[in-house]
Amino acid sequence: MIIRNRALAAVAVVGAVALTASACGGSKGTGSSSDAAGKSSFNAAVTSIVNPSAKKGGTLQFWANQDVDSLDPTRAYYAFAWDLQRLYARTLLTYPSQPGTAGLQLSPDLASAMPTISNGGKTYTFKLRTGLKFSDGAPLTSKDVKYGIERDFAQDVLPGGPVYLQQILDQGQKYPGPYKDTDPNKMGLKSVQTPDPQTIVFNLASPNSDFEYYLAMGASTPVEAAKDTGANYQKAPLATGPYMIQSYTPNQAIKFVRNPNWDPSTDPIRKALPDAIDVTITTNADDLDSRLLAGTADLDIGQVGVQTAAQAKILTNPQLKANTDDAPNGFIRYIAMDTKVAPFNNVHCRKAVEYAANPTDLQTARGGPTAGAIATNMLPPNILGHDSYDPYNLAAGKAQVDKAKQELALCGQPNGFSTTIAARNNKPKEVKTAEALQASLKAVGINLTIDQYDGAQSSSVIGAPSVVHKKGYGLMVFGWGADYPTASGFLSMLVDGRQILADGNNNLSEINDPQINSLIDKAAAETDPKAAAADYTQINHMVMDQALYVPVVYDQALNYRNPRLTNVVFLQALGMIDFAALGTSDGK
Amino acid sequence: MTTPKSDSAKSEAVVEMSASAAGAPTSFLSVRNLRCHFPTDDGVVKSVDGLSFDLERGKTLGIVGESGSGKSVTSLSIMGLHRNVGKKRGPQISGEIWLDGQELIGATPDEVRKLRGQKMAMIFQDPLTAMHPYYTVGQQIIEGHRQHNPQVSKKAARDHAIQLLDRVGIPQPDKRVDQHPHEFSGGMRQRAMIAMALANDPSLLIADEPTTALDVTVQAQILDLIRDLQKEFGSSVIIITHDLGVVAELADDILVMYGGKCVEKGPADKIFSEPEHPYTWGLLGSMPRIDRELQDRLVPVKGNPPSLINLPTGCAFHPRCPYVDRTEGKSTTETPLLTSVGENHLAACHMPLEVRQQIFTQEIAPRL
Amino acid sequence: MGGRRSLQGEAAAPGQPSAVLLYIVRRLVNVVVMLLVVSMITFGIFFMVPKLTGTDPVYLYVGKNATPAAVEGLRVKLGLDKPLYEQYGLYLKGIVVGRDYPTGTGVEHCPAPCLGLSVQNEDPVWGDLTSDLPITASLAAGASILWLILGVGTGALSALRKRSIGDRVTMVTALAGVSLPIYFTGLLSIYLFCYTLNWLPDPSYVPLTQDPVGWAQNLILPWITLAFLYAATYARLTRATMLDVLGEDYIRTARAKGLPERIVIGKHAMRSTMTPILTVFGMDLGGLIGGAVLTETVFNLHGLGNAALQGIQKNDLPMIMGVTLFAAFFIVMANLIVDLLYAAVDPRVRLA
Repeated sequence: MIIRNRALAAVAVVGAVALTASACGGSKGTGSSSDAAGKSSFNAAVTSIVNPSAKKGGTLQFWANQDVDSLDPTRAYYAFAWDLQRLYARTLLTYPSQPGTAGLQLSPDLASAMPTISNGGKTYTFKLRTGLKFSDGAPLTSKDVKYGIERDFAQDVLPGGPVYLQQILDQGQKYPGPYKDTDPNKMGLKSVQTPDPQTIVFNLASPNSDFEYYLAMGASTPVEAAKDTGANYQKAPLATGPYMIQSYTPNQAIKFVRNPNWDPSTDPIRKALPDAIDVTITTNADDLDSRLLAGTADLDIGQVGVQTAAQAKILTNPQLKANTDDAPNGFIRYIAMDTKVAPFNNVHCRKAVEYAANPTDLQTARGGPTAGAIATNMLPPNILGHDSYDPYNLAAGKAQVDKAKQELALCGQPNGFSTTIAARNNKPKEVKTAEALQASLKAVGINLTIDQYDGAQSSSVIGAPSVVHKKGYGLMVFGWGADYPTASGFLSMLVDGRQILADGNNNLSEINDPQINSLIDKAAAETDPKAAAADYTQINHMVMDQALYVPVVYDQALNYRNPRLTNVVFLQALGMIDFAALGTSDGK
Repeated sequence: MTTPKSDSAKSEAVVEMSASAAGAPTSFLSVRNLRCHFPTDDGVVKSVDGLSFDLERGKTLGIVGESGSGKSVTSLSIMGLHRNVGKKRGPQISGEIWLDGQELIGATPDEVRKLRGQKMAMIFQDPLTAMHPYYTVGQQIIEGHRQHNPQVSKKAARDHAIQLLDRVGIPQPDKRVDQHPHEFSGGMRQRAMIAMALANDPSLLIADEPTTALDVTVQAQILDLIRDLQKEFGSSVIIITHDLGVVAELADDILVMYGGKCVEKGPADKIFSEPEHPYTWGLLGSMPRIDRELQDRLVPVKGNPPSLINLPTGCAFHPRCPYVDRTEGKSTTETPLLTSVGENHLAACHMPLEVRQQIFTQEIAPRL
Repeated sequence: MGGRRSLQGEAAAPGQPSAVLLYIVRRLVNVVVMLLVVSMITFGIFFMVPKLTGTDPVYLYVGKNATPAAVEGLRVKLGLDKPLYEQYGLYLKGIVVGRDYPTGTGVEHCPAPCLGLSVQNEDPVWGDLTSDLPITASLAAGASILWLILGVGTGALSALRKRSIGDRVTMVTALAGVSLPIYFTGLLSIYLFCYTLNWLPDPSYVPLTQDPVGWAQNLILPWITLAFLYAATYARLTRATMLDVLGEDYIRTARAKGLPERIVIGKHAMRSTMTPILTVFGMDLGGLIGGAVLTETVFNLHGLGNAALQGIQKNDLPMIMGVTLFAAFFIVMANLIVDLLYAAVDPRVRLA
């Protein structure tokens, strides 16, 4: 399963706060230094490095309105927790601090070079850099890397994190994790070998073009077996990166200081500019925005966008807007059409919906252009393989009634038809989306009944095809985000016919197309990520040609950055600013 | 119809009224033309409307009337206990109240306050609600005592309180002094209340329905106590009651009120032997008497007390008066004046005195 | 004679030390029973209701990505693999003698009173709650003193000056106080005092023991905001009660004794007025210690209310259970104290 547990914006209480908040603050202005103003502009961090600088020193003031799910890299799944890990947890490979698609290309981190791939794409051999140490001074060896990966298997003790490595490396061994490992050295996982302290070898059962991306997740960070405290490790994990955790008070604060055992010569990616990083967790999202605009906070590391009040303030003030980015964060919103629910078994009826939908109205339902650009196909811009394919001219932002009626006629339903659209009752924007579609489709005679179901139960409602058929859901509003920026990680779950599950199904269209399935297999066998991306471009076109999903928007979040921040880069892989690259211009 | 007698009575009433202009009266307590009007949303309630009376030192006056006749309002006026006097929505009080040579209505609130509990004291109807539930009986006595005698030590004040409790007949006063009102029985509570009123040896004691809340056997004890204390302390006493029986043994003079006015006043024995107002007859009839069978008694006054906002024209009592046809129609148009009907005995009735005396001796007295 | 009768009745006078002690012991037993019932209900809600609706409660606490091993691990950790009565028994046992939890590499002892481990951070819930308590207690204590002074003061003045302009202004303000939500008054006051006027630091908690001045400076806004809300209620309550009390016969008696108004009002009337206010105050204070969720959220105070909120957000069942029991404990204790105070204030009340 691939849905990333995005740090959600604070609860309803805070939402209510947002409605009544008279935009607090903004008049202090102590932090708005003007020296950076020339270089900073709206969305500048998406395409370039804002305020490039090598100036060291200062303390970054990070703020969040929610705590991380865990500081143990094995257990974290929140996107901003992964971004924070870049400060203290290194992995074999990682994303470079580069804007644009350059930041999607993995580069060696603990590994001295990209792996040697042999045995028909099934064996990956990594060499570690020399001189690597843990923050306690202990040398970092390939055994520690293996142990860290073994911890992913101990889901009974360390739940919460991604389990891709477990799925791909277990290979029938049923390895229980290091805590129940019968091997005296706790090195019982067979698919991973450590022939010497500098070398680690992974043996896959079949080629997998996504494997390197799994290794770039914090869940593969090395852990020193002797210092592993199991479930308690998250209270004070050891660091391998330039910073280590000095103190952590859950729901209140995390303090990072320099890791004296980090050697910059072993780390080509991190500049490690600030002396310290303070994370303050507040309960008041509007207050957080006020601090940002007042310059007393540097960044909202939740990166899910400012609250309504601050957004209005920013969008009407060019100076403020110059310090913001509003870029796709890897999420797509869509409406699935179930090919097993009549009349959507007919491609023309599906196409009629594509044409009759009004993309602008759907975008408005999501919160307008600030909240997301109109999506024209099922691969977001930050996924390798994305292109601007738009067979239904959705980018024009208008309903095409004539074309829709033509398709209806071809479908044998010239006067339209009736069906049900399902929307999660705890997602107001999804309900609005359903309402917007209902209004547009009425113009061509397609009548929608909106069914709001218990959103917490979605995996057993729209995720259960039998329930979907019983309830007659022709259309389902949903959203999807990727854990890593490859198309296979993103799209295969939505369209792989062999992944139609009885419960927790994500292939909502229930498409089982041999051509798509074989392309998915072909892409998985590629060892070159670029080749895999090209396969998925093709899959994406087929998905759109068959009109399986109505893409709605690629989500965006309007985030503000303090003008004093240097080296600001929007990292496409995580859909947010790269925390590890930041420095301060004033050295404070 | 005018008779020489009533003429002279009229002039006497005038003399009585004008006495107020003549300065301080000689009586210990002298109330002159007291009016106490309460503005309400429905109109002005004339609770007391032109009341005058005198009380000598050491004497007891009984003020008798139904509820709403103005008797309690009168006592509160003397004590200065009406709130918001003179304010827009507060009571409007006029007339004069002379207590031992000092006029009270024109006095400042603080001057009156200093007299309260000192020179004049009051016993209320329901001792349970009239005593603060959270303070001990002793505390409540001591508090009043030391307020007016700040030089008295707490110890001395406590001893004084115990003596007072002892004097009013409370057994084990040294223990009772530390108990709360709810730990006392009704009669004991009223005794404590009296002790509280006596704390500063007041010259004027006003007892507002002192026995109404008590059962019959206790009533008599309390009345005995008041009489004994009056003899002992030499206070002047006003007893306010709806029950003539209460004041029969106690009062030197009796004043009967109806609709905020005095309808008859005179020496107690005269009121009982020769009452000259039909309302007084009614009150006499409603007195409980052990030597009579219930059915033989006069039916007490029929009907309800009048509205004090819209008093009946003429004689306020006329709608309830069985003899209204004997006044040749005057009672519905003219307000009867208090006229002398004997020595120190006045009554306000349009019926000729002879007619009244005849009715009383022939119709009323035999049934009393 | 009546007097003698009642004299005999007094033999068992109230307020005797042994009687009071017995009463307190009996009430404390009640408190324990009450907490047991509360814990059972809470337990029932969180474990039984999902079962009745046909969902496995463990799925409430693991994310969508849960692997079977993660689900089973959490099931064991929460004790969901055992029958409900046994789970409940273990929970109670943990409170009395503590509990041991496996960490994979060893065992983490959760000392008594153990309310379980937080799902969020594997810390004993008890420790989290006790570290949050001073914050909430600081908030509640300061605010309650303020609102008592403000509310009772203005309410009493209002009652004494009934229908005056001052009375009307006070009562309209009080109505506003009751009606305006914390997130309005709170944000407004932050905006005004922290950002516009710069009189106060941005609110965040500083321990009293560490910096008393900073403690007060940081809490003054939440105090005032919260006090404003409650003071309004208290002003209205005080005014109404005071007006009732002023009509009592014993107030007239006090005046008849020649006592000056300040004693009549300040002593006689005030003491009676305070009795019902005390009752409400005890409940409010108890409830507040259970968590002033909105105030803590607006002012970024990580107290018990915030702990409850985080617990609910993250489906942290042990935390939710803990906060519920904690809050219940304070409410019942506040009730007990109020009843004791009530008996002290009103001698008619017998502790029986």
